[in-house]
Amino acid sequence: MSLSNIFTISGSAMSAQTVRLNTVASNMANVDSAASSADQTYRARKPVFSQMMNDSMRKRGWGSTKLDNTGAGVGVKVDAIVESDAPLQPRYEPDHPMANEEGYVFYPNVNPMEEMADMMSASRSFQTNVDVMNSAKSMMQKMLTLGQS
Amino acid sequence: MAISFAGAFAGHDKALEFRSARAAVLANNIANADTPNYKARDISFNASLNNEMRRLQLKGTNARHFTESAETELTGDLLYRNPSQPSLDGNTVDMQREQAEYAQNSLQFDTSFMFLDRKISGMKKALTGN
Repeated sequence: MSLSNIFTISGSAMSAQTVRLNTVASNMANVDSAASSADQTYRARKPVFSQMMNDSMRKRGWGSTKLDNTGAGVGVKVDAIVESDAPLQPRYEPDHPMANEEGYVFYPNVNPMEEMADMMSASRSFQTNVDVMNSAKSMMQKMLTLGQS
Repeated sequence: MAISFAGAFAGHDKALEFRSARAAVLANNIANADTPNYKARDISFNASLNNEMRRLQLKGTNARHFTESAETELTGDLLYRNPSQPSLDGNTVDMQREQAEYAQNSLQFDTSFMFLDRKISGMKKALTGN
């Protein structure tokens, strides 16, 4: 029965969106983490999502249902978390305790507006997947009452 | 006349299977709404129906031969959706559309379920006979 697949699919999406929310939280928390050199500075992190295919699931012994042959995906996974290449913000603050010899302090390349938009998008997607899961649950519960009336 | 379940259910059991398969495909589209290069997919009811009608009928020469296969296979019916608007990351999922399709599919599931339920209660009534 493919209805039970929906739980795996929506569950994977919910966990992927949670990872996305976590990176947003980490970026926002470090928005003012100053460092004295460019390579020590925190860089904004972004998750990269990729489609979860049946083959990879079948290798792990998941998919034995007939529906797998249709090539439909079985959810989403976080492929990697990459650091943003956006330029860092060097600020001239000679009095700062972390200033280097030239008097510069490096601030992360986190864009708070972008992070807020990302956060809203992630939480909306999470909600949608919860709704999908709920509706699949009620469909399954209904199936159990077949022929009882 | 023997009661044939396949005849009595009039294909509503198959419809129910199709609806739950389609729900999984649509749920997968919704799950991959933020995946770069993901292409939204869907199953077509017509393709599924044609596939079902094209199915090879086994010839029964003995009363104990099975006449039809027990399972339906939804193979090769998975199509790609035409995107209404291109997006930069190559993703073709339109969230509103997928949600609408999912809601509609879920209602159609309920309808098929209701038909099947009534068929069963009708058979029950015929069997108890009071």
